[in-house]
Amino acid sequence: MKMKPFAVFFSLAVLLVASVPAFAAGGGNLQHANINIRDTAATQRGARLFVNYCMSCHSASYMRYQRLADDLGLSEDAVMKNLVFSDAKIGETMDSAMQPKDAEKWLGKAPPDLSVISRSRGADWLYTYLLTFYQDESGGWNNQALPNASMPHVMWQMQGIQKPVYATDAEGHEAIDHLVLHRPGLQTPEEYEGSVRDLVTFLEYLGEPAQVKRKNVGVWVLLFLAFFTMIAYLLKAEFWRDVH
Amino acid sequence: MAKPDNTSEKSSNALLAWFDARLPVTPFWNNVMTGYYAPKNFNFWYYMGSLALMVLVIQILSGIFLTMHYQPNAETAFASVEYIMRDVEWGWFIRYLHSTGASFFFIVVYLHMFRSLLYGSHRAPRELVWIFGMLIYLALMAEAFMGYVLPWGQMSYWGAQVIINLFGAIPYIGEPLTEWIRGDFFISGATLNRFFALHVIALPLAIFGLVLMHLVALRENGSNNPDGVEIKANKDENGIPVDGIPFHPYYTVKDVFGVGFFLMIFAFVIFFWPEAGGLFLEHDNFVPADPLVTPAHIKPVWYFTPYYAILKAVPDKLMGVILMGVSVMILFFLPWLDRSPVKSIRYKGMWYKVMLALFVIAFIRLGMLGMSEGTPAQTIEMRVWTFVYFAFFILMYFISPGGKTKPTPERLTH
Repeated sequence: MKMKPFAVFFSLAVLLVASVPAFAAGGGNLQHANINIRDTAATQRGARLFVNYCMSCHSASYMRYQRLADDLGLSEDAVMKNLVFSDAKIGETMDSAMQPKDAEKWLGKAPPDLSVISRSRGADWLYTYLLTFYQDESGGWNNQALPNASMPHVMWQMQGIQKPVYATDAEGHEAIDHLVLHRPGLQTPEEYEGSVRDLVTFLEYLGEPAQVKRKNVGVWVLLFLAFFTMIAYLLKAEFWRDVH
Repeated sequence: MAKPDNTSEKSSNALLAWFDARLPVTPFWNNVMTGYYAPKNFNFWYYMGSLALMVLVIQILSGIFLTMHYQPNAETAFASVEYIMRDVEWGWFIRYLHSTGASFFFIVVYLHMFRSLLYGSHRAPRELVWIFGMLIYLALMAEAFMGYVLPWGQMSYWGAQVIINLFGAIPYIGEPLTEWIRGDFFISGATLNRFFALHVIALPLAIFGLVLMHLVALRENGSNNPDGVEIKANKDENGIPVDGIPFHPYYTVKDVFGVGFFLMIFAFVIFFWPEAGGLFLEHDNFVPADPLVTPAHIKPVWYFTPYYAILKAVPDKLMGVILMGVSVMILFFLPWLDRSPVKSIRYKGMWYKVMLALFVIAFIRLGMLGMSEGTPAQTIEMRVWTFVYFAFFILMYFISPGGKTKPTPERLTH
């Protein structure tokens, strides 16, 4: 049983390595988006919200409308009619009507491109961000996930207006405890959460359009490799019979 | 019907004979495959060599296809990677193959090097095998570092900034040296272009040549084995080692099984976990490089973080850089630091097992701490493990000649 100490080292090493992702991941009080990337209807609804609300200022300039049509099961006509409001053609990228130069002039800073925003921020952050806009004392828009965000609450008519309730913690610091709906919007809070979930589903898809295909293909690749490895093992065992 | 099998065999023999008269095909095959005798007791750790070679081939092939679509230009590099991810047929697969391959290359190489620490594969007469291996490791680090800059995300940019600035700590020549490396006063398109050239041509060529030398040096004395005894000491009347088996077919077929097993893990990551929770593809690298915005937390990719932690453990920048350099360079001297009369851990005393276990824990903890924010408590822990890291090599030099050993067997224990 000479292998035993190595087995101990090895399992120890594996254990340490396994704890790395937990170690590397950052926390924060984020709400769970609970999106389902395979829900095509939600992705389509999210796409609609995206082109209506986000694209006034933001682009997704790595993404082509054609890709959208192919992945979301929409005809080119449907995409052109429902999702393209500019003179863009189906093979062109989803660029905002606002030119980056103008945006910089008007807003001080060009709004970031949203093509891969879900990959840098994560779905939960986006979900929390879009739910926690509030009106602060100055009467302007602020955000709990990104304090002093320069972006206004674009979907305020849907959500309504939230105001913060402050609480004093043990050390005497005053901080936002929670947000209350000050003026209701066109949607109930539940409906608005659903809309944000749709939009985040779309953003998640937008971050990596191939992800559903990737997982679908992956199942077959793994099945093939399992079969291949089994055959290879039997072949090895057959050859090695005369060594043992 | 005639005998087609026989005919085709005859014609293939004729073809081989034609080639053999002009090129030493059969002698070469016999020399390196069927006539090369390897110890029959290879275990798990001995898969890593063939796997590293396969990952190298995967990286070269996937890299060629990426090069067809990638644009080495500061204005378009980030967008061209997203173009590959979206618009190139199976581009996402090629890209993940390459990005996951980079991390797996290091996983396999670290396990391959650890095998040497277990069984003393670097010991005489295989010192040069180890030295060439270390040179491959250095070239691989440079290759991975430059490759990571190419997507031109925030971590590409600022990681490169931090690493290149380390050279600035060198007195007198530091500043001009960093400018010479960057080709500019800051990281810019000029840096990106030269890193692209080095990444796709210079370093792969160097790695390829070094791998060849690694293998030639290995074949000269043959592989070591888990018992650390020379199989060539016991030969039969035909001059064949009694404990050896022909590399082909025995180890080729065994390595094919290893490849299958490895590919299952590799494919799982590619298809289901390509970011590996931010370890293989960092979240911040999905933000395009911006020289005006410094990310809150800059860290290198996981395979460099053990050394990065050693750097951060030292308060003085120059001393930190020196210590980090020494932590890699000390590995070159391993064949001469280990002076134990036996090679394999199986016949070394408890002292070596404890030391090696602590060394492994130190290396992994340093890797984890190297990607942390670096709180004061974490900095203290980095110092402790840095001490353990170096103590392993220094103590080995002094303990190994007199350290307790068990008698080694005459033949392999199988």
